[in-house]
Amino acid sequence: MAVKIEMPKLSDTMEEGVIAKWNVKEGDKVSSGDVIAEVETDKATMEVEVFDDGTILKIMAKEGEAIPLGGLIAIVGDEGEDISDMVDGSGAGDSAEKETKTESKEPKKESGDNDEFDPILGDIEKSDEKESDSSESSSDNGRIKASPLAKKMAEEKGIKLSQVKGSGPEGRIIKRDIEGYKPSEEKKSSAPAASFDSEESEDVKISQMRKTIARRLSESKFTNPHFYETIDIDMEEAIRARTSLNEVSDVKISFNDIVVKACAAALRRHPAVNSSWLDDVIRKHGDVNVAVAVAIEDGLMTPVIRHADKKNLRQISAETRELAGLARDKKLQPEQMEGSTFTISNLGMFGIEEFTAIINPPNACILAVGAIRDVPVVKNGDVVPGKRMKVTLSSDHRIVDGAKAAEFLNTLRQMIENPLAMML
Amino acid sequence: MAVLQFREALKEAIDEEMDRDENVFVMGEEVAEYNGAYKVTEGLLDKYGFKRVIDTPISELGFAGIGVGAAMKGLRPIVEFMTFNFAVLAADQIINHASKVRYMLGGQASVPIVFRGPNASAGQLGATHSVAYDSMYAHFPGLSVIYPSEPDDAKGLLKSAIRNDDTVIFMESEQMYGLKGEVSEEKDYIIPIGKAKVKREGEDVTIVATGKMYHIAKQAAEQLAKDGVDAEIIDPRTIKPFDLETVIKSIKKTHRCVIVDEAHPFGGLASEVGFLIQREAFDYLDAPVQRVCLPDVCAPFSKPLFDLWLPDAKNVIEAVNAVMYR
Repeated sequence: MAVKIEMPKLSDTMEEGVIAKWNVKEGDKVSSGDVIAEVETDKATMEVEVFDDGTILKIMAKEGEAIPLGGLIAIVGDEGEDISDMVDGSGAGDSAEKETKTESKEPKKESGDNDEFDPILGDIEKSDEKESDSSESSSDNGRIKASPLAKKMAEEKGIKLSQVKGSGPEGRIIKRDIEGYKPSEEKKSSAPAASFDSEESEDVKISQMRKTIARRLSESKFTNPHFYETIDIDMEEAIRARTSLNEVSDVKISFNDIVVKACAAALRRHPAVNSSWLDDVIRKHGDVNVAVAVAIEDGLMTPVIRHADKKNLRQISAETRELAGLARDKKLQPEQMEGSTFTISNLGMFGIEEFTAIINPPNACILAVGAIRDVPVVKNGDVVPGKRMKVTLSSDHRIVDGAKAAEFLNTLRQMIENPLAMML
Repeated sequence: MAVLQFREALKEAIDEEMDRDENVFVMGEEVAEYNGAYKVTEGLLDKYGFKRVIDTPISELGFAGIGVGAAMKGLRPIVEFMTFNFAVLAADQIINHASKVRYMLGGQASVPIVFRGPNASAGQLGATHSVAYDSMYAHFPGLSVIYPSEPDDAKGLLKSAIRNDDTVIFMESEQMYGLKGEVSEEKDYIIPIGKAKVKREGEDVTIVATGKMYHIAKQAAEQLAKDGVDAEIIDPRTIKPFDLETVIKSIKKTHRCVIVDEAHPFGGLASEVGFLIQREAFDYLDAPVQRVCLPDVCAPFSKPLFDLWLPDAKNVIEAVNAVMYR
């Protein structure tokens, strides 16, 4: 019997996937376990496997096409089989089958805290329909009440139920709420017509990753009350320590590795900074998992170094290098991007003196690391050459107050200015 | 179109079928010489004689049994109960024999019989004379249940029922026998069993109601129209087999449904149809399906209590307002 291959759920947050590449064409024989396509999700390029032996009867989606979750992408069956009714759509009644037949290659995640994290930018949101991120929504313990019709209409119109205010009993979202919905951040009409001849503009298709970045970071910046504190760290000791470490280490230790290690150690001492706002509670995380922002060709990724406080510099360095490489190749697995409790963004290599970063939800804070500069410093009354590095901590004021952030930064400064302290 | 009373439409159906097929005969209390307790069989004795229009003693189990036996031997009895409240006495013949003979004999015999008579309450008649039995009979495999609301439906469906090769429970109402309505003059007018009719088209809400309840729904819809609510009324006419398709099609348009049922709530028509709707049209519903039915209480004799007990247009409007979030 012919089986529908539908766009599988390859990550917790994906809503659609773009067919990056078909490995098969219509008429090809496939057997269970074959990778038939690669799909670009909001985070990574993932492989789609078939779970049945048979022939590819029909390919329903072109390369480059975005297909919503559960959308039909291909049909596998016996050669010559009549699949006209499946192609026409409808095909209700085999939902149980589709559950089992189109599982992705993604490893099953254990339920637990980590489920709450978005792989790329660590949102707490589980799915649009279940969780709310708006105080106005019709949620009750995170569940949004909506009539089945309203849910269907919202899905069709691409409206997030969490943004809709319900007018039914107990805030239930009903048909008229969807019909009357006006997005608050509706796209403004594009630039005014130019009064002189212009060069031709180019409209670039927004990638899944860019969509995710846009959504997550807008939410973070507009929802989390950010404040910023900057300190200037004396790097002379760190430079000396790094030089001597690299004389003996087989893995090259970078300044960023030292910052990661120092942050991890400081986070252990300042649990408030290693926390998440979960609406009804603040969760102080037991683990210290540090995400490192990695710039890639058309966006950024934040692979996570788990238990960074328990790893030595050599391990941190090796792991960061490996994860960054995977990120650039878009080969990061979702679990390698999940569960961060703190994020570091380093633009030092670009000569940026200092900058402020947007918090990576659901983290409480993000550290923006600038370049090490040669600056004149005053030591014992004399102006002498010095090495300084500015770091700026962005904090979510709902979780962390100014003094708490300052205490964390002071610990961090002590660690970096006296690298031996990290061994304590 | 001729304008006929409900009872006249029924009589026309019986008369035409008796005329067409000599195996059809009528049996029941007072059907012959008294011309029927509600005059449904008026004039039939004169026309067809005592052999085919038979007065019975007050013995429901007995004459229902005679009917079942006659049907098994190839006749087509129409057995009238003075009310279905009395048919409980014949329940063993209806439920254990008529509905099961074909099944238990592997198709060697069938029971082409129509049990007909008034159903449900008819004013202050007390608890034992006021029960709606349509849902109960619909519960049993092997029985078709028809409960029409208008003379035209009554005629077309009763003719279908008489021609049906298995048992049909055909329900009427004391309060509707005098109801006048246009009846098709088409020769041999037949309405197939199991086909609902959209009796009022509307955009906002689907009201499902049959039998006496249809008239309450109609009243409610007229009032609702004045308030700007455009109700669609579907009269299933046949309780079983139920025409779910027509109802689902309507709900896909209106997204809301109220079922008006003359029976008690537990396990009634409204609960079954409500279940089927949520299963088949879940994604189209904008509100939970509501029902208007009797309370889980026997019919009171007291007039004020009885009026409270029986569903009325006001109850229907309230239910519509609930599904419309008004």
